[in-house]
Amino acid sequence: MKRQLLMNVMMAVMVAGLLTMAACSKPQVADPGDVYQGQSGETDAEKAARLEAEKAARLEAERIKAQQLNDQHRAQIVEAKSRFLNQNILFDYDSDELTDQAKGLLREKAAWLQANPSDAVMIEGHCDERGTTVYNLALGERRANAAQNYLVDLGVSARRLGTVSYGEEKPLDPASTEAAHRINRRAQFIFR
Amino acid sequence: MRQRKYFHMLYKAAWVWAIIVLLSVHALAKDYDYISISNPFLNKTPIAVTSFKAFSGHEAEVAAGVQAERILKAGLDFTGYLKIMDPIAFLSNPAESGIQLGQINFKDWTGIGAELLVTGGVEELDGQVKLQLRLMDTFNTKLLVGKIYSGPATQIRAMVHRFCAEVAKALTGNFGVFGSKIAFVSTVNGDKEIYSCDFDGFNPRQITHHKSISLSPAWSHDAQWLAYVSYAKGKPDIFVKNLKKNLGAIVNYKGINISPDWMPGKLDLAATLSFSGDQEIYLLTRKGEIIKRVTKSWGSNVSPKFSPDGGKIAFTSSRSGNPQIYIQGLDSQEARRITFTGKYNTSPAWSPDGKKIAYVGIEKNKINIFVISVYPHIGNPAQLTAEQGDNEDPCWSPDGSLIVFKSNRNGGRAHLFVMTAAGTDQRRLLSMPGIQSEPDWSGDTGFSAE
Repeated sequence: MKRQLLMNVMMAVMVAGLLTMAACSKPQVADPGDVYQGQSGETDAEKAARLEAEKAARLEAERIKAQQLNDQHRAQIVEAKSRFLNQNILFDYDSDELTDQAKGLLREKAAWLQANPSDAVMIEGHCDERGTTVYNLALGERRANAAQNYLVDLGVSARRLGTVSYGEEKPLDPASTEAAHRINRRAQFIFR
Repeated sequence: MRQRKYFHMLYKAAWVWAIIVLLSVHALAKDYDYISISNPFLNKTPIAVTSFKAFSGHEAEVAAGVQAERILKAGLDFTGYLKIMDPIAFLSNPAESGIQLGQINFKDWTGIGAELLVTGGVEELDGQVKLQLRLMDTFNTKLLVGKIYSGPATQIRAMVHRFCAEVAKALTGNFGVFGSKIAFVSTVNGDKEIYSCDFDGFNPRQITHHKSISLSPAWSHDAQWLAYVSYAKGKPDIFVKNLKKNLGAIVNYKGINISPDWMPGKLDLAATLSFSGDQEIYLLTRKGEIIKRVTKSWGSNVSPKFSPDGGKIAFTSSRSGNPQIYIQGLDSQEARRITFTGKYNTSPAWSPDGKKIAYVGIEKNKINIFVISVYPHIGNPAQLTAEQGDNEDPCWSPDGSLIVFKSNRNGGRAHLFVMTAAGTDQRRLLSMPGIQSEPDWSGDTGFSAE
């Protein structure tokens, strides 16, 4: 009889202990260092939605980055085109000779033309007012032709290039200063 | 033979002046000769122009007389060789004492130094006028020119100018400038158009309406055709236009088509074309067909101007490295350079007697007009303008007595000026808005109404 009672007491203690362990284990599941609130209650649907949102955000970031690169690229194109149109070939007084700087600019323009094969241009030859009207019409043509010939030598197709002289008739700056004269003595590119 | 006397006077004066100039060239060994305004050898002949006698005396008649007198004085003064005397010095008044030869007290005129006397009479009725005009030699008490003109009062200017032409003929042997016109370029709303005006700058009228850039007008010998350059089609082409009939042509070869000049007495043209790749001077028909190429050289060859006999051209060429003036016979292959002073000489203009060429020289940033003798041999250049802005585009009057040109003197924009062939009496030709340039003086166009 004593042995049976001892076994019952031991069983009771084991059950109590197990019950206690079971009861204590639940709070241990909630880790105080874990701030992710919903995890504890996330369903499958909520998890799918969360993954979808992460994917969308990633895609948006990539799109923005691609657009920035595209804008930069386009800006470079616009800038190159603007340089092509706005950087004129300048000449010395009463001269149609290409300076080293002029040749450098023409090489840039040739490169642009090679990269943009569908464009055709007109090269305008201009003079400053420090000369006579008729002679300047001739000098303007010689300047435009000098620029054109150099481009053809660099490989640009002559069919894409036209020339016209305006003599002293269309100055960029009508003032009578040396600075104005300098920028008026030019070959200027326009699209046709 | 009175007219020979006056022709001789002017002829002698010009010779004395020319000798002085050449002597000073040798004595001072300068490259340029400066013509001084106060050159005593260009004595103007004093002429007294008196008030018109109004036969009926009513208001419209008196007004017509006043107008005629004003136009007469301005016209005679324009010649540059007559000095219109101040009426304050006059001792008698032919309007009251009589305008005919027999009614003049010539001592009243010789006494005050008048060598010539002009009297006038006017009758007016219902807008019609009759003018009597007489030119007299006071020292020889002779009538040199006596004319009567009738017509509407609106024609007074044309009538008086006809008389002035007769005066010029009597004094110099040719009719002078009174029947001529000047074509020129003027800006209007930022465009350049071709205009023409009377010899004295009156009655400017717009000829082209291209709303583009139009340049370099050139009259044919009979003043029936005008050639000019225009960008109306996007590049410089030569337009040839008849002024009365709807006729014309466009010379539009590839490249530049510029600086047209008509052959004297014919309807062929010289011009610069660059279709061959070089800028050369060609002879063309008025329809633009090429007759022949005249120049063949390196560089630019522009601004051809025919000699008065049509056998040679003067032109600008940069074949020596910078622009200089050359002469070449139309049937010759060789051009002869005539300017050797300065690095930039352009825009030649041949005098009507074939003996001189006016041109533009640029030195030290100053643009001025020079004249050089080319007959019997090439002389030294004489400078006609100095210290008065930039001066370009010289063109001789048809009788060789005057030169019209462009100047921006007095700090202003460029306008047309006129001076005598000696460089004296430089004055503004006409007042109009905008900028004027490139004048071309026609031959006689007659005296028809405006």
